[in-house]
Amino acid sequence: MLKNRIIPCLDVKNGRVVKGINFVELKDAGDPVEQAKIYSNGGADEICFLDITASNENRETIINIVKKTAKNCFVPLTVGGGIRTIKNITDLLLAGADKVSINTAAVNDINLVVDASKKFGSQCIVVAIDAKNISKNKWEVFTHGGRNKTGIDVVEFSKKVEKAGAGEILLTSMDRDGTKSGYDIELLKMVTKNTNIPVIASGGVGTLDHLYDGITTGGASAVLAASIFHYGEHSIKDAKEYLNSKKVPVRL
Amino acid sequence: MNVTIVDYQSGNISSVINSFKQVAKDKVNIKITSDLNKIKLSDKLILPGQGSFKSCVDSLNRINGLHDALKEFAIINKKPLLGICVGLQMFGDVGYEESETKGLGWIPGKVTKIDNQNGKFKLPHIGWNEIEIVKESKILKDIQNKSHMYFVHSYEFVPGDKSVITATTDYSSKIVCSIEKDNLFGTQFHPEKSDKTGLKVIENFLNL
Repeated sequence: MLKNRIIPCLDVKNGRVVKGINFVELKDAGDPVEQAKIYSNGGADEICFLDITASNENRETIINIVKKTAKNCFVPLTVGGGIRTIKNITDLLLAGADKVSINTAAVNDINLVVDASKKFGSQCIVVAIDAKNISKNKWEVFTHGGRNKTGIDVVEFSKKVEKAGAGEILLTSMDRDGTKSGYDIELLKMVTKNTNIPVIASGGVGTLDHLYDGITTGGASAVLAASIFHYGEHSIKDAKEYLNSKKVPVRL
Repeated sequence: MNVTIVDYQSGNISSVINSFKQVAKDKVNIKITSDLNKIKLSDKLILPGQGSFKSCVDSLNRINGLHDALKEFAIINKKPLLGICVGLQMFGDVGYEESETKGLGWIPGKVTKIDNQNGKFKLPHIGWNEIEIVKESKILKDIQNKSHMYFVHSYEFVPGDKSVITATTDYSSKIVCSIEKDNLFGTQFHPEKSDKTGLKVIENFLNL
């Protein structure tokens, strides 16, 4: 049986992790390479890097991090942030990323998703959607790290990226992100019911129960979280054992 | 020993390179090339494959003489070859992704889309799934039954002769995920992304 995936996400800025993991064995709390290794050894099903570096000149930095990480990390590695061109994707994949996550560029030009999935295969193209609730059962797509509204409906856009060839959707609730109040389950339900590709839930995890809800009620194939893992509140192992005890299929 | 990862522009092979180098350490020489002579002189080959069946076959055919060099290596000289994902699928006669495309025709069979049972099963089949070992295989040596491997694909290889199947995985139906026929080996899962268990498969292949 296919297992639900647990994906820790590391926000990387100028080559350093912005939120650190609270592990004792960690020599350098801000080193993404070392943190990825700890997560991978700890049973993470995939690792996600989100490059939140503002400037374009810093692309080399994330590429070097990916290179170093990929040498010691034998679970899938997804990298997102600032991807605008086929060249950006090629560089990251050559460095050792297994998938890339495209956000703003997919909204600006859906052909990037079409071209990228044709060139590299759907399996390595994830479209990240930042969603904000605007009225009952209505969510709007935001871009540029949540700063710009687009007027685009999240469900319609999800269908569009599926058709364009995306292999997965990484769905973040902007309303819940950082609140620790749980995923936006209604949003998840809406997108998972209206698409036929896997959806990764993101934004708002505060407890292990939230992971459970995202999978069982929300219909997510994978759950992404940052702070509950970074601050050492829970290990990946805790999360998996908890889900397993509640009969959610996970890789132990 | 010289082991070559065939580089035919079949998409992202960085992880394959990293994982083979990790397992090989200094004991085995790992090369990445599309040079026909180097391929022919290798002791073992890895045929990766990402993207669609059609795009992989097209890329392979774009390199003049590669098809024949692979055939000479694997079919005439019967040296060990491991196909990964679409690399395995291409062993078949025909694939139906994008459009009907002829495969290498080394193992009778076809590559068809996984039945999603009217949306009940999301595609691609992405993530960790258990493998059910149905027959002893050299590359699955010392790997426990029901081990988890990492999958990402929407199409499956359906061989005509079921005796080549060494493991299956359950997703909509029993999907063929490991095959062995004489010197030909193939995995639908990605050993390079399947953590320690995957590295063990790579080690087994290098130790053949």
